[in-house]
Amino acid sequence: MADLRPAAAILAPFVAIGRAVIAMFAAIGRVALFTGRTIGRGLTPPYYPSRFFEQLAHIGWFSLPVVGLTAIFTGAALAQQIYTAGSRFSAQSTVPAVVVIGMVRELGPVLVGLMVAGRVSSAMAAEIGTMRVTEQLDALATLRTDSYRYLIAPRLLAAVIALPIMVFVANAIGIMGGWLLAIEKLGFNSANYLDFTRRYMSVDDFKMALVKAGVFGFFIALMGCYHGDRTAGGAAGVGNATRNAVVSAFMLILASNFFITATAFG
Amino acid sequence: MAESKIVLRDVGKAFGPNRVLDGVDLAIEAGESLAIIGQSGSGKSVMLKCILGLIRPDRGSILIDGEEIVGLSGAALDRRRAKVGMLFQGSALFDSLPVWRNVTFGLTQGRAVSGARMRAIAEENLERVGLDRQILNLKPSELSGGMQKRVALARAIALRPEIIFFDEPTTGLDPIRADVINDLIVSLVDDLGVTAVTITHDMASARKIAHRVAMLYQGRIVWKGPRDRLYDSGNPYVDQFVQGRADGPIQ
Repeated sequence: MADLRPAAAILAPFVAIGRAVIAMFAAIGRVALFTGRTIGRGLTPPYYPSRFFEQLAHIGWFSLPVVGLTAIFTGAALAQQIYTAGSRFSAQSTVPAVVVIGMVRELGPVLVGLMVAGRVSSAMAAEIGTMRVTEQLDALATLRTDSYRYLIAPRLLAAVIALPIMVFVANAIGIMGGWLLAIEKLGFNSANYLDFTRRYMSVDDFKMALVKAGVFGFFIALMGCYHGDRTAGGAAGVGNATRNAVVSAFMLILASNFFITATAFG
Repeated sequence: MAESKIVLRDVGKAFGPNRVLDGVDLAIEAGESLAIIGQSGSGKSVMLKCILGLIRPDRGSILIDGEEIVGLSGAALDRRRAKVGMLFQGSALFDSLPVWRNVTFGLTQGRAVSGARMRAIAEENLERVGLDRQILNLKPSELSGGMQKRVALARAIALRPEIIFFDEPTTGLDPIRADVINDLIVSLVDDLGVTAVTITHDMASARKIAHRVAMLYQGRIVWKGPRDRLYDSGNPYVDQFVQGRADGPIQ
């Protein structure tokens, strides 16, 4: 069979590519099934409102300090960059416009999405993953409680609702950060700055930001729960699930952000 | 002859190339206590999880009270599951919930239900396993391993199941605490008339709690018989296992 070996060597890269492609489609299929099951069962009773509010507090309220700090620093840094870059061709007056557009359309949703993904996807994957490896998920089933309804649907719904609210707050704080820096350090007149800010603030931009936030919230909870649910192999397995949840949530947020932006301005 | 409580026919399950169960045939009678012995990784837990509907077998049939459970899902499976309680190896208590909500979880199914009545039910079930009301509000992590096992047992019996599975109930406990659990299993079988199936490596425990013993090896039941025959079974696999010898047919 020695004559087969050269052929095998030539085929090897194709085999590797094929295997990776198949694995990718299998993963997409698993995520789609998981999503379908969560939505299908989440829509039918029993419902768990108390679990939903608990998650809303976890995802929303307790993430606010982190999100607020991220927004204020980013807004201020953005104002400084635009001012420095703009002063080369005396376009310093664009600072309020760029801050408001940049924060609302892109930085607000993306940075909040990434911060919350780091905080929440990881925590969800670790918690559900630990429940998997300690047989708590099996125990739920033997006690006739559906884990999709009890654990996963409340997290998904809470994230989809919490993220838009947080992005709204972050946008406001980010614009305030830019304004603070502009009047304190760059010597802008406060009334003028705010007037420009209002002129460039558009309802459509806010709508897009909120749509993005809802989509990001969905991916954040979905990746946390999906990887948690699939956990196998003890403490190391929980570690892998946590890492995979955060990395995949980041990727999905950045990719979907691009597609929403590209579609909106297509 | 009355029909058996649980019947497994030719049950097979493979994970990839690894055939964990390879044609298990077993009948368990109502009110009996059966111990299943076998090496770690011989498929004992997988077998119980198949009966619970947590794992779907690749082939074969599993009947509880004459009703097929392989292939069921959703509400139909939940109705059958109501007959079965399970004590997990690591207790599998919900660590975010206090003891009383753990014990009554099967009744509330996780919903926040008014406290007073549920606490009374929790207290009653804890009493059954020899624990008092002082631990009602504690979190599972604040309890010792032996107490966690007993709380988990209280949770399993709160739904008054007809069948209870015990997955290595004495593993990780000192001999005295292990014997407390053995006594509880015996009293559940004798007093409440439940059908008990226990996975164990602990020969002292098997001899105390079981009426009958079955041995699982390479995915099949290689021996079953009354517990008194455990030490003179005439079966080389059982002999090697119960005497704990490294050399013999099991490698």
